[in-house]
Amino acid sequence: MGIDLEKVDRIIEKYGNDATLCLELLQEINGTFRYLPREALVRVAEKNRTPLSQLYAMATFYKSFNLTPRGEHEVCVCMGTACHVRGAPRILERAEEILGIRAGETSADGKYTLQTVNCLGACALGPLVTVDGQYHGKLNTARVEKLLRRSPDEDAQEHN
Amino acid sequence: MKMHRSITDPAALEALRRELMAEGQAAGASVSVCCGTGCRASGALEVVEAFKQGLAARELPVKVNTRMTGCHGFCEQGPLVVLEPGNIFYCRVQAADVEEIISRTIVEGQPVERLLYLDSASGRRILREENVPFYRGQERLLLAHNGRIEPASLADYLAVGGYAALAKALTEMTPEQVIAEIKVSGLRGRGGGGFPTALKWEICRRAEGTTKYVVCNADEGDPGCFQDRSLLEGNPHSVLEGMLIGAYAVGAEAGYVYVRHEYPLAIAHLSGAINEAREYGLLGRGILGTGFNFELKISRGGGAFVCGEETALISSIEGITGEPNPRPRPPYPAVQGLWGCPTVINNVKTWATVPPIINKGGQWFAATGTAGSKGTMIFSLTGKVNNTGLVEVPMGITLREIVFNLGGGIRGGKKIKAVQTGGPAGGCIPEALLDLPLDYEQLTEAGSMMGSGGLIVMDETTCMVDLARYFLSFTQDESCGKCTPCREGGAQLLHLLEKITKGQGAEEDLELIAALSAAMQDSSLCALGKLAPNPVLTTLRFFRDEYLAHIVEKRCPAGVCRSLIRYVIDSSACTGCGRCRRACPAGAVQGTKKEPHLIDQEKCTRCGACLEACRFAAVLVN
Repeated sequence: MGIDLEKVDRIIEKYGNDATLCLELLQEINGTFRYLPREALVRVAEKNRTPLSQLYAMATFYKSFNLTPRGEHEVCVCMGTACHVRGAPRILERAEEILGIRAGETSADGKYTLQTVNCLGACALGPLVTVDGQYHGKLNTARVEKLLRRSPDEDAQEHN
Repeated sequence: MKMHRSITDPAALEALRRELMAEGQAAGASVSVCCGTGCRASGALEVVEAFKQGLAARELPVKVNTRMTGCHGFCEQGPLVVLEPGNIFYCRVQAADVEEIISRTIVEGQPVERLLYLDSASGRRILREENVPFYRGQERLLLAHNGRIEPASLADYLAVGGYAALAKALTEMTPEQVIAEIKVSGLRGRGGGGFPTALKWEICRRAEGTTKYVVCNADEGDPGCFQDRSLLEGNPHSVLEGMLIGAYAVGAEAGYVYVRHEYPLAIAHLSGAINEAREYGLLGRGILGTGFNFELKISRGGGAFVCGEETALISSIEGITGEPNPRPRPPYPAVQGLWGCPTVINNVKTWATVPPIINKGGQWFAATGTAGSKGTMIFSLTGKVNNTGLVEVPMGITLREIVFNLGGGIRGGKKIKAVQTGGPAGGCIPEALLDLPLDYEQLTEAGSMMGSGGLIVMDETTCMVDLARYFLSFTQDESCGKCTPCREGGAQLLHLLEKITKGQGAEEDLELIAALSAAMQDSSLCALGKLAPNPVLTTLRFFRDEYLAHIVEKRCPAGVCRSLIRYVIDSSACTGCGRCRRACPAGAVQGTKKEPHLIDQEKCTRCGACLEACRFAAVLVN
């Protein structure tokens, strides 16, 4: 899979070879491509003379990075304590059923990635889900259903 | 705002402040819309837009300022709007309500009754924010300005007295005097450990080396906590000012704020504040005409709970080792921190507490609180309580006061079972201990800890064994894996708890849990592993009968653990409305309209959707 290495070069140039900015640099690449392509990591390693193994260590340690492409839309279910006691496990289960994927997976059509997070920090409104960074609070299974319905067509199919 | 100059000395700062305050008084009225993350989720930005358009569309006798403020704390009732003059408090405001607010309240001076807070205890509507029970019991020191200022606006911060403490420290006090004042205040770290702040600063000041750092730990990872986020989002300049004073006290010229990746709004407001402070000469060289230099950078986390641990946080900022693992201590960061240099790491709240202490004196701060825990503490009040949100209260207040007076009691009239404090490293305080005064020592004695201030309220439908399992799965997931006790011990502990929640536990497992926990506490490298057994040990101590019910009777008294429960429909209460049938994802509910329904136990996955859907309390958990 070819990626636009010029984009990577521009990002590398922006942050330079500063160890304290390496996390930021990888985050921008992850945001630009919706994952960390291997070619991009190789390029960073070469240009900044950083061992590739160290970049991979970071890429696999921090939860915000992905090594496979994320879907167009990101659904993130909060599993924090406040959400947990108010029914987050049920919300996640419903989201998995509706999207047809498990937490951590991307749908085959590349449209959705379902993720869990250990706390989104809006605990007073739990249970909570974000869709492409937008917060949706005070959910129940019925509201999740409404929120995640893909399109009227697909929805009709599901009900048949 | 008329701000276009660099603030070169304390006199210029005061002149500018007077100007801004006069300007503020000249405005006839203001509308403050809470735009914290919680209220944004409930539609606050649309409300702001409606106010801006509605106010622009008409001629008003007075000038009305619309402010997008930080978090007001009462997230449950959001979006929140406060109108001045009059301190009129509207809750659950939607964009469609704005026209009525403008014509009724701003033009005619009359309240819109239906948007006022309804006090369930008295059945009355309450007009003013300060009279709402949720706020009345609070003592707001750090959150005082959150609802009054635009977060990243230096002008707004100056108008409420901002940077006066910095000017005082730089021109009237020596670094030693600053530390002495903090010592008098008795301030202890608000991130969890409760280490005396002045002592940490003193160690750093005395440590050898010319390059020193100050770091703000804003990696608020504890699930159920969002006070650091609210402060950074709502009043970032207060954190900056605290760090500037701290840097002056310990002799640092550079600092970092390590912010959680999950907090984009906090990062945006903080960067705005840093840029503006730099523009006006409050960051950089020769601050306020003195010889003090200071630069501040933001370091964004990558979504790793362990990075809230100070030594892991340091290596994450350094960015060189790949995996930021904790390291053994001593040496402590105050002696050997960032790049081996003496470094003071304090929590967001600790830094934000510094300016008021310098302004009003250590004695004033120490007048609030208990013998060992001074001042106020911000708690995130969440879970099965009516009024969820942020409360800032004096140390020493009891859990019962917080839950019942401020929090308005338990939802749905249920019975309280416990309050979980201190995040995944804390413990569960049972109902019997609710009169415990909240301070560092009392909480530790009860087997829990202050932590960063999460209070998660549980009622009779929360299973304490499931909760312990939940916390273990959290700490197990977030364990960095470097040391064996945490990595392997956590996994085994989780395995034992899973066995019990599935009804496969044995009584001997409880002894094994105790032994494993002790080993983890003694030998883990950092706080994550040392404290991970806390939720298990406190639930075992206070709710042993619930564990035994799972093990011996194969029963989950709270009706949570799936392997041990069945959902059934009470045919005398069921009206046959069909809501549960439609809600069931497994097609397990059967029945014809207006006839009592039945649940097919073979098909039922015990997801609880029917229970949630039923409006007649006809779904029972056995």
